[in-house]
Amino acid sequence: MRYPFPVGRSDFIQGDEAIARAAILAGCRFYAGYPITPASEIFEAMALYMPLVDGVSIQMEDELASMAAIIGASWAGAKAMTATSGPGFSLMQENLGYAVMTETPVVVVDVQRGGPSTGQPTLAAQGDIMQAIWGTHGDHSLIVLSPSTVQEAFDLTIRAFNLAEKYRTPVVLLTDAEIAHMRERVYIPRPEEIELIERKLPRNEEEARLPFGDPHGDGVPPMPIFGRGYRTYVTGLTHDEYGHPKTVDAEVHERLIRRIIGKIENNKADIITYDSYELDDAEIAIISTGIVSRSAIRAVKILRERGVKAGLLKLNTIWPFDFDMIEELAERVRKIYVPEMNLGQLYHLVREGANGKAEVELIAKIGGEVHTPMEIVERVVG
Amino acid sequence: MYLKSAYDIREKYLRKDMLPTIFCPGCGIGSALQYTLRAIDDLGLNQDEIVWVSGIGCSSRVPGFVNFDGLHTTHGRALAFATGMKLANPNLKIIAFMGDGDAAAIGGNHFIHAIRRNLDVTVILINNFTYGMTGGQVAPTALKGLKGTTAPYGQFENPFDIADLAVSAGANYVARWSVFNYLQGINSIKKALQKEGFTLVEFLSPCPVSFGRRNRMKTAPELLRWYQKITVPLAKAKKMKPEELEGKIVIGEFADRDRPGLVREYEAYKKRAKKMMGWEE
Repeated sequence: MRYPFPVGRSDFIQGDEAIARAAILAGCRFYAGYPITPASEIFEAMALYMPLVDGVSIQMEDELASMAAIIGASWAGAKAMTATSGPGFSLMQENLGYAVMTETPVVVVDVQRGGPSTGQPTLAAQGDIMQAIWGTHGDHSLIVLSPSTVQEAFDLTIRAFNLAEKYRTPVVLLTDAEIAHMRERVYIPRPEEIELIERKLPRNEEEARLPFGDPHGDGVPPMPIFGRGYRTYVTGLTHDEYGHPKTVDAEVHERLIRRIIGKIENNKADIITYDSYELDDAEIAIISTGIVSRSAIRAVKILRERGVKAGLLKLNTIWPFDFDMIEELAERVRKIYVPEMNLGQLYHLVREGANGKAEVELIAKIGGEVHTPMEIVERVVG
Repeated sequence: MYLKSAYDIREKYLRKDMLPTIFCPGCGIGSALQYTLRAIDDLGLNQDEIVWVSGIGCSSRVPGFVNFDGLHTTHGRALAFATGMKLANPNLKIIAFMGDGDAAAIGGNHFIHAIRRNLDVTVILINNFTYGMTGGQVAPTALKGLKGTTAPYGQFENPFDIADLAVSAGANYVARWSVFNYLQGINSIKKALQKEGFTLVEFLSPCPVSFGRRNRMKTAPELLRWYQKITVPLAKAKKMKPEELEGKIVIGEFADRDRPGLVREYEAYKKRAKKMMGWEE
């Protein structure tokens, strides 16, 4: 396999470019998108690469269509991705819910910008955390990942595809304008250095007849790809294990939705990753995600120099959320600070996790600039 | 044409465990479905290579009743899903079963852009001038004066002529019939299924329960008689004055051309890309 970019060495590239290259290496062969700042460079890179690796890149008429097209491509057997920013992500919510309901593996990149509405197209924000987790309607669960460096944007894109395939679910890669447009050194591995996970296919007719069953007991049904003779019917309506609509049967609905949520919740240990810095003896914990973590690491260093026992918990997975781990941490520390580029979204989750065991304080910043380390330090030392 | 018994068609192509259908007495969707299945049967197409895709509404429940791969999607977006399916696996033959509201209102943008791209798909479009499943609201195809629950005093907006729209947007094959014209209907679907690019067969289809009874046509026969009255064959329409065509619907074949389909265009694009990058001669 020939790649349209160098592999097995480092390169100095933007976050958006890193995401595109990672997707190609993860096996993505269908990209559908609609231009939007600051996510367009992902599309532009995909447009350049896809025809060369015998994949498809297509500019759809809008974000609703982009999201629809990648779901269609996934059922036709392709690993598929789209990328957008806040306003476009809002338009995708309808079909994102469809992907949850039909258990379709797809990757959706949301490069966050200032909102609401068209807001600040070129400036970073973290205002889509709640939208990524709860944006679509109804009871549901999916996976949301959050990188803080360009290298992480690359690595988490590959992980996003792996998790999507493993759990037959949409995965949202939630990044922001800062990482999207920042250039950093990224190691682009050779394909043989990457571990890829492929979706489970039905092993026999019996399994193929139950495209929404649970033959393996892990909550993840094998996916019968279209065109392979299984004659599968897929609907966004509440359906039984065979895929037949059962829209007024409470028991069927409960069984389906609880399994879809369960396959994520029961595998938290596998899905959730985080990094911790200086947390072992910490009295003050900072919890952050994405670009803000860069300032938070520096803030921890400054605080330590000043004799404050501070530590950082950097969340790489935003959903599912490890409420228990936060509570455990809250029992050990005096206070938790949550710096984030919105008026308190991660804060809600952390406060719920802390469960009153420690005081939780929000360090909010909006307008497009990342917190400086000193802004965090000053809040902590008062 | 020799017609197989409806029983044979049903045995071969319907999912018995999904029957009965949700369709009301007098509904025309079953007829359009039967014509489509007869066309598939006559052409001897491979059942495992055909995928049915649909949006939301009565007609969109059809993929659930046929024993093929099927994707029942969100309202109006069937053709956007189909774009992904077809490009990801060009070996799939895609039939989109849609309603008039699904295609021309909420899905209007997807509809015109799928046609502009010449997406390789055959659309069977059920036009009953109404939103049947949600209780008879007015559709963008409803002729002026027709009543719906959201236009209780008669539609005041101009209707879309879907076939006309499809011809202008660039479809390779466009035909419109009422479900009354069964031979023409089957023949048109056969033609449509054999062509590359975007093909559309629109059917005027009775909906006595949601549409008819609000417009003084409580039964399917009354609606069929009304279709006979308001439809004008294309050849005859060409000789008629615009004022004579007011309130009429022209039926027939409106386009039959062979522009390259999206799949062929993309294959050529891939070759061009590799050549431009020096990957291939």
